[in-house]
Amino acid sequence: MALKIVKGSIDRMFDKNLQDLVRGIRNHKDDEAKYISTCIDEIKQELKQDNIAVKANAVCKLTYLQMLGYDVSWAAFNIVEVMSSSKFTYKRIGYLAASQCFHESTDVIMLTTNQIRKDLSSPNQYDTGVALTGLSCFVTPDLARDLANDIMTLMSHTKPYIRKKAVLIMYKVFLKYPESLRPAFPRLKEKLEDPDPGVQSAAVNVICELARRNPKNYLSLAPLFFKLMTSSTNNWVLIKIIKLFGALTPLEPRLGKKLIEPLTNLIHSTSAMSLLYECVNTVILCVQKLRILIEDSDQNLKYLGLLAMSKILKTHPKSVQSHKDLILQCLDDKDESIRLRALDLLYGMVSKKNLMEIVKKLMLHVDKAEGTTYRDELLTKIIDICSQSNYQYITNFEWYISILVELTRLEGTRHGHLIASQMLDVAIRVKAIRAFAVAQMATLLDNAHLLTGNTQRNGICEVLYAAAWICGEFSEHLENPAQTLEAMLRPKVATLPGHIQAVYVQNTAKLFATILKSQEGNADGTTSEETTQLMIDRLPLFVQSANLEVQERASCILQLVKYIQKLQQKDVEVAEEVSALFAGELNPVAPKAQKKVPVPEGLDLDAWINEPPSESESEDEQPKAIFTKEEPKHSRPRHTEVDEKELAKRREARKQEQANNPFYIKASPSSQKVYQDAPGVEHIPVVQIDLSVPLKVPGLPMSDQYVKLEEERRQKERAEKKKKEKKKRKEKRSGRGKKHDSGPESEEDITPAHMVDIVTEEMPENALPSDEDDKDPNDPHKALDIDLDKPLADSEKLPVRSHRAAEALKSPVEDAEAENAGPQESKKKSSKDKKEKKKDKDRKVDAGNLITSTDLLHLVSLTDGFLFFVCDIQGNLQDGSQVVVSVIFENKCSSFLKSMEFNVLDSLNSKLQRPEGSGPHDGLTVPFQLPPGVSNEARFVFTVQSIVMPQKLKGTLTFIVKNEDSSTHEKLDFKLHFTCTSYLITTPCYSDAFAKLLESGDLKSSSIRLEGVNMPFHHLLARICFHHHFSVVERIDSCASMYSRSIQGHHVCLLVKTSAQTVSIDAKCDEPTLLGNVLDEIKQTFSQC
Amino acid sequence: MMRFLLLFSRQGRLRLQKWFTPMTEREKKKIIRDMTTLVLARQPRSCNFIQWKDLKIIYKRYASLYFCLGVENQENELLALEVIHRYVELLDKYFGNVCELDIIFNFEKAYFILDEFLMGGEIQETSKQMVNRSIEASDMLQETLEEYMSKPAF
Repeated sequence: MALKIVKGSIDRMFDKNLQDLVRGIRNHKDDEAKYISTCIDEIKQELKQDNIAVKANAVCKLTYLQMLGYDVSWAAFNIVEVMSSSKFTYKRIGYLAASQCFHESTDVIMLTTNQIRKDLSSPNQYDTGVALTGLSCFVTPDLARDLANDIMTLMSHTKPYIRKKAVLIMYKVFLKYPESLRPAFPRLKEKLEDPDPGVQSAAVNVICELARRNPKNYLSLAPLFFKLMTSSTNNWVLIKIIKLFGALTPLEPRLGKKLIEPLTNLIHSTSAMSLLYECVNTVILCVQKLRILIEDSDQNLKYLGLLAMSKILKTHPKSVQSHKDLILQCLDDKDESIRLRALDLLYGMVSKKNLMEIVKKLMLHVDKAEGTTYRDELLTKIIDICSQSNYQYITNFEWYISILVELTRLEGTRHGHLIASQMLDVAIRVKAIRAFAVAQMATLLDNAHLLTGNTQRNGICEVLYAAAWICGEFSEHLENPAQTLEAMLRPKVATLPGHIQAVYVQNTAKLFATILKSQEGNADGTTSEETTQLMIDRLPLFVQSANLEVQERASCILQLVKYIQKLQQKDVEVAEEVSALFAGELNPVAPKAQKKVPVPEGLDLDAWINEPPSESESEDEQPKAIFTKEEPKHSRPRHTEVDEKELAKRREARKQEQANNPFYIKASPSSQKVYQDAPGVEHIPVVQIDLSVPLKVPGLPMSDQYVKLEEERRQKERAEKKKKEKKKRKEKRSGRGKKHDSGPESEEDITPAHMVDIVTEEMPENALPSDEDDKDPNDPHKALDIDLDKPLADSEKLPVRSHRAAEALKSPVEDAEAENAGPQESKKKSSKDKKEKKKDKDRKVDAGNLITSTDLLHLVSLTDGFLFFVCDIQGNLQDGSQVVVSVIFENKCSSFLKSMEFNVLDSLNSKLQRPEGSGPHDGLTVPFQLPPGVSNEARFVFTVQSIVMPQKLKGTLTFIVKNEDSSTHEKLDFKLHFTCTSYLITTPCYSDAFAKLLESGDLKSSSIRLEGVNMPFHHLLARICFHHHFSVVERIDSCASMYSRSIQGHHVCLLVKTSAQTVSIDAKCDEPTLLGNVLDEIKQTFSQC
Repeated sequence: MMRFLLLFSRQGRLRLQKWFTPMTEREKKKIIRDMTTLVLARQPRSCNFIQWKDLKIIYKRYASLYFCLGVENQENELLALEVIHRYVELLDKYFGNVCELDIIFNFEKAYFILDEFLMGGEIQETSKQMVNRSIEASDMLQETLEEYMSKPAF
């Protein structure tokens, strides 16, 4: 023994401490990885030692290694050990390591609950502080739920040091466990007036954070904050308060007026730039001041000025637009952050008038820009700017298409798909532009080698996807379809990515159909035959493609073409039939359309149509959408032979809807297939465009010419209008003012160059109008949108009691109870299970430590000295159909236990929750191994349908016992007993609520008598509370009322009376079966006395 | 709310990391990589702010160390700069003319100081004296124990 100690400390002398490790790493610059791996081996050895100092040192070193990027998750359990050290030095290191290494899926976190609770209630404020700090980094929903009440209590701690930490961590708790917000809020509000400034600022921080997310719930705090703002001198706090007011003011305009005075005072008096910025940001009244910021030589102020400007832009676009010069100037700044801000601003500044000019400037920057990231950013911005609000600012789509074509010449951009989806979108939705777009796309296809020449530039070849599709779909606009067809069948195409090739192949068929149709009237059939031959010659290349999609399409089409060739040789007219393959109009579908289809009544989408097969096969991976905005192909109504009546009906319905939709821009009759012949579009002037611009000059930027052209067009238009107005001098519409002819041209004056009917996206009929889906359902703050002014309901109280061991030790009553309960319980069990008997003695000892508060131990089995196994069954508060079974495994033997598998035979009513993909009979792997003498806890979740009856489940635990020389497989059978009591949850209840409940008359009653109960009344009540999860509502002499609630919300009320040795319990519950069973269980508890 | 604070050297070596929201190792590594490349690539005499995804990145260089703070979008940038500066002041006060090596060799102390200043992504204590006092008190507690432990056991 003595030798061991000596050996231990000698070892310690040779251990590396953190400094040595750091020094070592610095000295081994060349073979760092190797050095560290030897260090990790050493650390592993150190962690095996019993000495906590050595362990802590090892954990400290691991924390350092973790920072260097090494995985230390394997040591999570050791970190917990160090955290639980009673010495502050080690505890501090343990918590530091935990806060750095743990995250929500670290499974040992659940082992820490009791330790943290103990530390929170430590008499040493620094223990508590360290626990709070650590907890703030790794709090999980479970921890938040279990500890919410403890932390709430700490908010009223005597030491401000603890109070401020508790207040701050409350925010994290709210996020993880939103139910705690309402019960904790009054106390949090109190802290705003805490005598200690630190606590006060912490409370301001938390409430500010909460209020920013859901301001309307915090309006009532405005007067309090106003007082704080005028009295506080702490800039840090002031900034937060002003931010809070910024969130509140939009909801309560009167606040704005009130704030002006104190804010202007602050602006004039403060010397702190940060505070000034915050004020200016909130008041947003001084654009001129901002100009000064932007013109400042300090880059930081310039940046902030631009940022603030973009906020003002949302409300006062006019006042910002006058600073366009300055903002464009910022585009030339050498600082990328500033350039990006300026770009953002431009996005909001464009109008019909200046769009072309701004984009032209941006295009210049694109050419100049160095570094692909910034250039890509520019590219996306250009597209964003142009496409914003449904292309609102584009007056000339030909110009836009040429801009897009120009952008394809960018080298090495990653945003090919973005350009492509824009091309598709415009071509589909702006019908008038199709002819032009098709011509441009044909040129693109013809010059495809320019885009694909360099394989490095693969991003841009996405554009060809769009080009091929547009040329195919709208091939009737093609001037020379044969040439395009040839371009699309070049052998080079086979080097493109698969999904593009597939589109190519499909669209050659469309082109083919068009060519056949155009040649039909022609007596001389050579052109058709040549085309057919071309298809037959070239398609086999694609039939050999490695891409399945390409292969399939190509072979289909090849067969079709071969068949057509046969028919052609017999001089059969085929064109009509071939083009019928591709007939039909394509309508864009809104991205949200699918979601908005209302679910018909009586349809349950979650119900299985067929029960799922036991072995679920791995699902085929969904092919990824190639473009974000890709129009779903299936929406295309290929079948034109829908019943005419039905069609007419649909048309009528749609027209109706469109008429009601203010955002629907009516279609012009110019389109080829007119579905909606909307009346009243004729009066819109369709301007003929003079296509004097040479369209087919690839490699030459030509969007500039459009700018000029557009300018001329507008001038001409203005002149014409002037003339007209002079002639007639009549008021046109109320919107058009008289001064138009003299003043500068306004937005409305600019008529689009050609009539664009931007087809709105289709929505399903009777779509639900809601903006719900715009919100991110994953936003954790959504859950915190809680009305705080409503009085607290009893059910909202934070769960105070826990069912785990350490807690019970605090209460002597419970402790005493438990000690009694231990042997009694085992007696009860042993009568059931003979196997247990022989180990009864061992059990008692352990039961004293482990079982204490776990009132309902539905244990339990025990094989010959291998494993001890205790569990506690607890309803899940959040989910009425879930029961959580916590199992503590303790290794009682001297061998290593591993590969533990926990399995339960499911019953119809109760099922063990298994991970997805495992069968109904698979066991769950226990996520840890047990060295000798170690215990660990695992939790299993069961879903329960009905909770009114007790349940027994049979189960087995299999595990491997590993000795130095051998390993054996062992099996352990057990029964899980879900009593009805385990479905009850201790819920406090006030007497008036209780009385109301009894009066309501919905409850069925029942009663039992217990004879020969020889214990004091309070003891008896404690026992019922403790074993059966009740709480005492009221007690008068020898009579008491008690309450509990089941996880599915059944109320259980008891009236307990005692006289002499007889106890009578009158009970009421809205579920008679449940009540009967609970009463039986109570009876059983007392029959053992 | 602040999301993270990173300290790294001019060579991109991480010296300290604090995550105020739990994150997986992979996410952390990605952010660290992005931050170092982003910040180190900045030209001298640029502003101290970068917009990155939905976060504002505020960084500042002190001698050979970059302090890089990621905050949520509504936060005040200048306040964030002051947070960084305040932390540097605290380190300076504790170590006495702090240098990179102090932080490397006493990285746990640097964390402890940070934990007294910030918590859960919010400013915990705005007063320098208060932070110093609680650090000193915890250190006292630790030192007595350390002396006791460092005595040879034989």
